[in-house]
Amino acid sequence: MNNYSHFLKEAKTMAANETHRLKIKKAITSYETQVAAMKKQQFSDWREARDVATGIKNEVLENLPDLLQQFEEKLTSRGAKVLWAENAEQARNYIGEIIARHNARKVVKSKSMTTEEIELNEYLEKLGIENWESDLGELIVQLAGEKPYHIVTPAMHKSKSEIASLFVEKLGIEYTENAEELTMAARAHLRKAFVTADIGITGANFIIADEGAIVMTENEGNGRLGMACPKVHIAIAGIEKMLPRLADLSLFLPLLSTSGTGQQLTGYNSFVRGPQSATEPDGPEEMIVILLDNGRSGIYRQEKFQHVLRCIRCGACLNACPVFRTVGGHTYATTYQGPIGSIITPQLRGMGEWQHLAHACSLCGACTEVCPVGIDLHHLLLETRWQAEQEDAASKKWHFAIQMWSKVITKRKMVDALRPLLKLFIPVVKPFMSANQQKRLPEMAKKSFAQMWEKNEFSR
Amino acid sequence: MSTQVKQNSKVSLFIPCLVDQVLPEIGLAMADLLRKLGYEISYNPRQTCCGQPAFNAGHRTEARTVARHFLQTFAEADYIVSPSGSCTAMVRNYYPVLFAKDDSLMTQVKSLQKRTFEISEFIYAENKVDQISGHLDLKVSIHNSCHSMRELGIDNQIEEIIRRIDGVEIFIPQVEHTCCGFGGLFSYKMPDIASAMAKSRFEAYNGADLDVLIVNDPGCIQHFRAEASSAGFKGEVLHLVEFLQKAMVSA
Ligand code: SF4
Repeated sequence: MNNYSHFLKEAKTMAANETHRLKIKKAITSYETQVAAMKKQQFSDWREARDVATGIKNEVLENLPDLLQQFEEKLTSRGAKVLWAENAEQARNYIGEIIARHNARKVVKSKSMTTEEIELNEYLEKLGIENWESDLGELIVQLAGEKPYHIVTPAMHKSKSEIASLFVEKLGIEYTENAEELTMAARAHLRKAFVTADIGITGANFIIADEGAIVMTENEGNGRLGMACPKVHIAIAGIEKMLPRLADLSLFLPLLSTSGTGQQLTGYNSFVRGPQSATEPDGPEEMIVILLDNGRSGIYRQEKFQHVLRCIRCGACLNACPVFRTVGGHTYATTYQGPIGSIITPQLRGMGEWQHLAHACSLCGACTEVCPVGIDLHHLLLETRWQAEQEDAASKKWHFAIQMWSKVITKRKMVDALRPLLKLFIPVVKPFMSANQQKRLPEMAKKSFAQMWEKNEFSR
Repeated sequence: MSTQVKQNSKVSLFIPCLVDQVLPEIGLAMADLLRKLGYEISYNPRQTCCGQPAFNAGHRTEARTVARHFLQTFAEADYIVSPSGSCTAMVRNYYPVLFAKDDSLMTQVKSLQKRTFEISEFIYAENKVDQISGHLDLKVSIHNSCHSMRELGIDNQIEEIIRRIDGVEIFIPQVEHTCCGFGGLFSYKMPDIASAMAKSRFEAYNGADLDVLIVNDPGCIQHFRAEASSAGFKGEVLHLVEFLQKAMVSA
């Protein structure tokens, strides 16, 4: 089954899944209430904040090569290493080499979509490395044998009772739906991992050029432990995670936490500037930052699409998207779900196999409205549809139909002459359609507006 | 929309394809309303469609063909008024994208942009809200279409127009501004998602016992009507102009 058929099949199942819909509705309603309150509390003018952030990210795009170089120089001057990975395979191989060099057996991982993108878990499993997810949400999906459902809240689709049952089965705890007790159970399970892991692997929410630092935000403190306890810390970051100055965080940290989770600030914000220094009592002996391209420079080179690289992965566009809410994160079968995922996946992984995602959108524009860095998301989905057609990757069937239609629709006489035929045609094709398709077959009016106008059938 | 329309100018009806072929009563109701507001109206039957169905589905070559036809049809018109937020957005916001590389047509597009209005924004731009009056004892709610709201920036204009009708009770749902799931060819390509979206949207009116859901886009109307019975929605789904037609007759 190709990706498109798979998507349609899953979407159909999910669209009919009331339990899922209500769970997500509940989660997103509470998210929206918090976000609205936090926007009011923290920003006198949210739009202005968005425009400033957009400007800073545009500055990043204009100077990306220089900023990356600056970042590398600063960070390496403090003894860290920077590795450039052109693609997923190269990134995995780097990690493989580090593991081999240290004879490592056990890895502890913090939440990172970039590691999902390079399919690190699968790779580590193949190497026979013990791999612990330290983020609670990630741990839940890992224990359930699933992929993250959402870029920010990987276990958004799991109710408390589902998590409780999962923990009873996998961690051997007593059944409880108390959130704190569940978190404590996960913590107890993970603490062992932190002290015994050979390598900590993290992502990065921002990388800072002038300071040569990486910044991680999280709510449990596990990511921080995971990179501080083991001897080796590997951070993997997409090249677009760049910010020019440390000072920019004064805007970007609250922007991300407000849009992402409706928090004033994320619980833990870690700044890492290198391995343990002579004056520091602890920390990893070795720190390696892998800068991942994996298709990003391809996006960078396209004028129309370049600005999607402003994305800070806050997840707001997913939450706002009525299609995401209907089909759920797993239906996309991608690392990045929702509107942003439907734009970058065809760019990163191939138009032919992924362009259908750009059609999974009613063009309502709710995503564009919420994006904190002003990405014109729904218009870029439109651009993707057009690009797919230019690259001959779009559906031929629909294109043919539209070609025929455009010939007819530009001629009034033909339009009106074909009306009776269309009326006959609709009942013929109807039985071959699904119930939901049948419902929206239009019932042609007896006469077109033009015919009525001609006959002067108006109330005057 | 800040552009002011000259007094007593002629209004040319922009009848979207869906209205022309499936919902002509919306066109009639709009013509009726414009006449009541004192306009001389005209209609050029050569018009058929603005090209939006092709454009939105990514078929820009065909969209251009249809849009060129549209440009010719409306070359002479003073003011162009449409009962659809999304068709107006097509002309105003997307024609410039379609013809970005075509200088000669861009001049026409720019002139068209200034002359094309969605009906509620037209009533507003023209300061005609006060001329609307009527009476209907009904409970209603308003669905401002996504394109009308986010592409054209139409906000509570529709509500203010409806407030001119005595006896109407307006229900404001907790969750406002969520897409109905139409999305043009989207609802044909991904009908199951579109149906579920309509169902969620109808849920916002649960328990409100609405008589009428007032909508300003024929696409959404078509979609809502197709989904109403399976979503258990008992009220009527009417276009703003149909609603005003009812209200102004019964006044
Ligand atoms: S595209 Fe915008 S809203 Fe979506 S995840 Fe990125 S920054 Fe957030």
